[in-house]
Amino acid sequence: MEISASPAHVHHGEEHAHEHHDPGFLGKYVFSTDHKVIGVQYGVTGLIFLFFGFCLMLLMRWQLAYHGQPLPVLGPVLAKIFPKEMPGGVMTPEFYNSLGAMHGTIMVFLGIVPIAFAAFGNFVVPLQIGAPDMTFPRINMASYQAFFIGGVIMLVSFFCPGGAAKGGWTSYAPLADITDRAPNMFFTGQTMWLIGMVFLITSSLLGSVNFITTIIQLRAPGMTWMRLPFFCWAQLITAFLLLLAFPPLEAASVMQLMDRVAGTSFFLPTGLVVNGEIVNISGGGSPLLWQHLFWFLGHPEVYVLILPAMGIVAEVVANNTRKPLWGYKAAVFSALTLGFLSFIVWAHHMYLTGMGARVSSFFQTTTILISIPSVIILTALLLSLWGGSIRFTVPMLFATAFMPMFGIGGLTGIPLAFNAVVLYLHDTYYVIAHFHYIVAPGTIFALFAGVYYWFPKATGRMMNEFLGKLHFWPSLLFINGIFMPMFLQGMAGVHRRWYDGGASYDLAKPVLHWNAFMSWSAWLLCVSQFPFILNFFWSIWFGKKVDHNPWHATTLEWEAPSPPPHGNFLKPPVVHRGPYEYSVPGSEDDFIPQGKA
Amino acid sequence: MEIPYTVTARPDTGLWNAKIGIWLFLASEIMLFGGLFSAYVFLRIGADAANPWPHGLLNVPVGTFNTFVLISSSMTMVMAWASLKMRKFAQYRIYMGLTILCALAFLCVKAYEYNDKFHHYGVWLKNGEFITGHLEENTPESLTILPDIHHEGRHFWPETEHGAPREIKKADIRRWSNFTPKFSPFFAIYFTLTGLHGLHVFGGMVVNIYFWLPGSKLYRTNPEHLANRVEVSGLFWHFVDLVWIFLFPVLYLL
Ligand code: HEM
Ligand SMILES: [Cu+2]
Repeated sequence: MEISASPAHVHHGEEHAHEHHDPGFLGKYVFSTDHKVIGVQYGVTGLIFLFFGFCLMLLMRWQLAYHGQPLPVLGPVLAKIFPKEMPGGVMTPEFYNSLGAMHGTIMVFLGIVPIAFAAFGNFVVPLQIGAPDMTFPRINMASYQAFFIGGVIMLVSFFCPGGAAKGGWTSYAPLADITDRAPNMFFTGQTMWLIGMVFLITSSLLGSVNFITTIIQLRAPGMTWMRLPFFCWAQLITAFLLLLAFPPLEAASVMQLMDRVAGTSFFLPTGLVVNGEIVNISGGGSPLLWQHLFWFLGHPEVYVLILPAMGIVAEVVANNTRKPLWGYKAAVFSALTLGFLSFIVWAHHMYLTGMGARVSSFFQTTTILISIPSVIILTALLLSLWGGSIRFTVPMLFATAFMPMFGIGGLTGIPLAFNAVVLYLHDTYYVIAHFHYIVAPGTIFALFAGVYYWFPKATGRMMNEFLGKLHFWPSLLFINGIFMPMFLQGMAGVHRRWYDGGASYDLAKPVLHWNAFMSWSAWLLCVSQFPFILNFFWSIWFGKKVDHNPWHATTLEWEAPSPPPHGNFLKPPVVHRGPYEYSVPGSEDDFIPQGKA
Repeated sequence: MEIPYTVTARPDTGLWNAKIGIWLFLASEIMLFGGLFSAYVFLRIGADAANPWPHGLLNVPVGTFNTFVLISSSMTMVMAWASLKMRKFAQYRIYMGLTILCALAFLCVKAYEYNDKFHHYGVWLKNGEFITGHLEENTPESLTILPDIHHEGRHFWPETEHGAPREIKKADIRRWSNFTPKFSPFFAIYFTLTGLHGLHVFGGMVVNIYFWLPGSKLYRTNPEHLANRVEVSGLFWHFVDLVWIFLFPVLYLL
């Protein structure tokens, strides 16, 4: 390794002296406490869940475009596995609801958060701050295990009597409270959903404690707060959001669990009538309480989905424009503001619950305020492109596409901040399009950027450039083919949960023809992921071998060998400069690593 | 490979790792109990004629006793930590043992209270009447209840007087149940809050037992590390205590 030219190679021998015990296969890959292995575990599991959740949506898209028709090819297979839910290969409304609820849940809680926060955070953060590992390696392992158990519970719930949860990813009471109570409320989809959530929340709690402590305590000498890469800042703030916003949902899940299993009425009002009969419960509960607790998590959660993505894009952009990040400080303070404000906007998801003008004006105001820091960060990223000699590598393609896509998602959120507009748009496809533009071509593209960018660090090999481009361009095209028409449908009034895609509603007639177009885009988007899957596995074994810093990047993770050994660095890193010293006038290279004296 | 700052403080932050970790964990615990307290507020505001908020169903003297038990355990916990800091191991053993004993006492008292509630019944009649008391007999047609006799006003000591047994036809009953979570919103939140708190007491006790017996071996090699660990479990313990200080008035007195 020819890292920087400073002397202390003496540590080399010492570091290795600690490592002569062989942990074996299980200890190395399954029950590992090494942050890099845990990061990869999270990443691979998360990608699998992401693909699984995506497939659920592909099934739904068939129903929306060709409702009532048996599913071709897969239909007979699914009819065998789910005879009640897919009789003759035709989807029942109940199964459609399960697919919708589980698509949302899996994508958010088992796909994006584990990849964006836990996988990239675990793998990259300790390396970027120059730490040997996380502060609490065993808690880190426990966090992954809790996540894994939660995920398995969610999957198993498909096979419960009555099928998986059907109440949407938001599990609104009283509907979610009372579905599928018989014959046994324990092994029902919704109960399993709640138990699964408790595991996932525990997992993110353990993870966030670890991340924050690590970033505070284990920064290498010289790594001051304003030398911290933006990615680490984003992860730090995300960790705080997870730490403080998730527990109220845990409380809410416990209460809904009590409602279902112990017969309480936390979320069930007095005199509730189900199927024409008054339910034999005490009543006196409040369905609104669930919504408050859910969205108190739910809104910070959307920033959990976007902040790590912004962090990844910032790293990739600085590296590929060969310029310092424009407005680094402004971006950091905006991210902090974003984190804070995200706790006081939650009721903008609840304008239609009759909250009164004063309360809704408060939440309108905070919602508009929160768009300011988002715009500042996006502006910083956009202006960073200005005047750079941009290298359009595969990660850079994804990172560049992130910006307009996130822009569309964010700008279409602004009308939703206003109570009067939401009266019309609430629960339409417009809302679906708004947040999918942020999370799908936004966050997921950023995640792909991250995979292509850090893959050589994790494996020592590059991913194939041609396959990467074959992945990027069709994905960009088809993902817009799915979500752009949703704005049109939503503005025409198409509701987000119609089982037949609007066929039985007159108002949907003028926009109905988009359904098939969107579905075909979705299936082609699936096809476009195959180059990625192929590339991923092919490159692990046959990718081009590269040295420790193939992108000529400045941040610390690139000073460790690829892949980094247990303990990460060959000699303890010391930081001498800011994170993005690219194209410094007068220096011989166009980048100066943070660790270079 | 060794993780730095597990025992000694990092100079610029002045803290060792686990101390930051536990404070962060406690912050999230505050949000967890905060969510449940907000549920309490919602349910109480939502109490109406059909579900009035009840008073006087809990045993205040027993609750008061338990409050003292927990406060004492917090003090012995501090003493246990201080003993380690002064390197008086025998004294640490005693104080930690007392802390564990207090935790055990608290849980036993709580179990007694729960059990008492499970043997108390309430019956809503179709004519609007509401009776509480002990169940004498339960047949397919009727219930026989030893009704509680209520006096005006609030009482510190619980009322234990019973009236003459009363037979109630099942046909006249709208709803009946013992004092379990499903009985009313009050018992729902009472059992959920105290149950979750009880789990915390139990968890803290298990950790303390570990540091009291097998974990205390660390004293021989690194007493400061053991002191740090006990400090962390102590911080958790004070938090659990503090939650109870909120629970007691909110559930028993207000
Ligand atoms: C930039 C400023 C933003 C504003 C002003 C905004 C505003 C809103 C509003 C008011 C709603 C509720 C619409 C309704 O249900 O009627 C909404 C829904 C949503 N937003 Fe945003 N948003 C913004 C950014 C984001 C970001 C960054 C994300 C993160 C990924 C996001 C994710 C979501 C999600 C997931 C929903 C739908 C939740 C559901 O009902 O299932 N939004 N947005
Ligand atoms: Cu929101």
